[in-house]
Amino acid sequence: MTRRVIQSLAEPLAAIVLALLAGGIMIFLLSGLVPGRQPFDARLPIDAYGALVSGIVSFNGLTSTLVYSTPLILGGLGVAVGFKAGLFNIGGRGQFLMGSIASVAVISAIGGATGPWIAIPLALLAGALAGALAGFIPGFLKATSGAHEVVTTIMLNYILFYVSNWAIKGPLTLPRAPQPTTQDISELNGALYVLPFTRDLHIGVFIALLAVPIIWFVLYKTTLGFEIRSAGANPDAARYAGMKTRRLIVLTMSLSGLLMGLAGSVTLLGQVHQTSFGYDTGIGFDAITVALLASSNPIGVLFSGLLLGAMRAGSPAMQSQAGVPPDLINALQAIILLFLIVNVLRRVLARRRAGTSTPEPAALTAGKYSTESVQ
Amino acid sequence: MSGIPGALDAIPLIGLVFQLMGYLIENINPISATTVAVSVPIALAALCGVMCERSGVVNIGLEGIMLICAFVGWYASALVAGALGPEAPFPLFGATPALLIGVLAAIVAGMLVSLLHAWLSISARIDQIIGGTIINIGAAGITGYLYTLVSGQSLTGAGQFTPLGVPQEVATVPLVGWLLNAVLNQGPIGLTTIIIVIIFQIMLFRSRWGLRTRAAGEHPRAVETVGIDVIRLRYRNVVMSGALAALGGAWLSMEYGTQFQANMTNGRGFIGLAAMIVGRWSPVGAFGAALLFASATGLSLSITISPPSGDLGNVFSYIPSEFWDALPYIITIVILAGVVGRSIAPAADGQPYERESAS
Repeated sequence: MTRRVIQSLAEPLAAIVLALLAGGIMIFLLSGLVPGRQPFDARLPIDAYGALVSGIVSFNGLTSTLVYSTPLILGGLGVAVGFKAGLFNIGGRGQFLMGSIASVAVISAIGGATGPWIAIPLALLAGALAGALAGFIPGFLKATSGAHEVVTTIMLNYILFYVSNWAIKGPLTLPRAPQPTTQDISELNGALYVLPFTRDLHIGVFIALLAVPIIWFVLYKTTLGFEIRSAGANPDAARYAGMKTRRLIVLTMSLSGLLMGLAGSVTLLGQVHQTSFGYDTGIGFDAITVALLASSNPIGVLFSGLLLGAMRAGSPAMQSQAGVPPDLINALQAIILLFLIVNVLRRVLARRRAGTSTPEPAALTAGKYSTESVQ
Repeated sequence: MSGIPGALDAIPLIGLVFQLMGYLIENINPISATTVAVSVPIALAALCGVMCERSGVVNIGLEGIMLICAFVGWYASALVAGALGPEAPFPLFGATPALLIGVLAAIVAGMLVSLLHAWLSISARIDQIIGGTIINIGAAGITGYLYTLVSGQSLTGAGQFTPLGVPQEVATVPLVGWLLNAVLNQGPIGLTTIIIVIIFQIMLFRSRWGLRTRAAGEHPRAVETVGIDVIRLRYRNVVMSGALAALGGAWLSMEYGTQFQANMTNGRGFIGLAAMIVGRWSPVGAFGAALLFASATGLSLSITISPPSGDLGNVFSYIPSEFWDALPYIITIVILAGVVGRSIAPAADGQPYERESAS
């Protein structure tokens, strides 16, 4: 048991360390482009990573880490639930936006009149349901027509992006604002409570922390979870066992979207308080990274969400102190995943112990657009 | 609308349909030219997908490959233009040495990233959709990082390719004038795409390479038993397809626009994949689907530039501009959901091939 835990931790950790090294080499090679730096400045990677760490290890850095981790954990759980059923939800961006917009709409409509105790729970509920609806659509399309969720969720990302822009410019717009934006919900008693003695740590973080055991329980201790995992592991066997796989696809995509919508809702109510044109936090790709790093395990999602949240919390310091743009974190994410997915560690070890078999291909999703699994 | 009650309410609707048809006929030249132009990157992405998937490799990373190539092409051409100084463009297509080198650099970059995807899906045998997604995440991250750094320098770009002008006499030929105008009023990459579609269609269904490619996508084991190296064939196809995606990226930053912008592919690679599915994995079909998806953009641009008058204009003025922006994606989803059940992927698509001796 402990051996298995150590093994399951060793691979992501090796991938992270190697990716940080590769990222350091990238910073070094491109240091000539950073303002005020010589080409091939060997100090720059050290300065950049030093600034990143210094941005994390302070009281404010740690609370920021928790704040940034909140949507990542919720979104990561959403993608992970999909992966468990063999579904790939790349629609996080659109579902997140729907969650934010629905929450703004509820607070704008009733926040001033009813006070926070009624408005905020309703806003969270509306956000979660809006996300679930945005997840339901690709699930329904897949179950009925077989349209692959990878393509439909991405198309929906763009459609919902324009829906959200329309809402920000139209019904939810703040009058006389220089740029289209919604009203600050903290003026309407809509903001989540910020813990005392902290700068920005809102109670939404507990929603994310609570969601981890709930999703773990749903996946491993309920019939629905068993069916989700069976459908992901072997859809044919699940169908022969009498499970309704089409219904399961719709349910899982809706649950996945619900978690994404909740992520959008919590981020809006706790962190950003208003949305403007083109609002995007990059959650779609981030949540995929979190889920893959955790190999779709809810407990693992907690830790990979915290890791990525820490990197996001530290990246402003990296820019201000070392001049390295925060986009580096996005590139690092891909490099981490690349090393993780090709099992660098196992590959190296396997080569050393000649004769051991190569790793099995990860079978997370069926690599096809037409899905026999739903026929 | 006019307050006439009862059955007469149906008449304004018919009137609107006639007005719409009139508007389309009146504006057929700009709409069809825009449609063909906008379809170019979608068609190139779809062709890239066809080339990969016909040989059995799923490539959803082509969105990221296009984005990287859009950056590399633009940056390389800007660097060359900066080094050479201003030069008089060739009389054809407004081409300069800088732009041509940019396109070449984009093609090399596209083939290199495709080589990574080929290695991930053919040799490392990881899940190909995950592998493609990682390429997309990495492409957005690395181009964002580089572009933020590069935009600090004062770069004067290399400009862009210009369309092949069509003489007024040709454009006004009755019946076929608008078609010639739409097809010929394109830049070099657009025209090349149309030629590639035709050649690729013939090659895929009439040549030895095409037969082997299709066989590798349907039944790789059978291909291997007659002595053809499936792994090499797949590698070659995936790397070649990178050049197609690269042209799509170069089109974005050097023919349609004059410079790179963060995430400028805007889902065109994924629309291309949908076009590939709707076009049933054939080059001509994929191009047709790309034209269909692009026609939404052609129509919406035309309505923004020259809004229709009368009742139709009144109706359109109630439709928010965001609807027109979202229209290509809506059409893609609707057609995909309607068609996908009848469109069958190559049998071995997405399955890594393992030699019997190797396992």
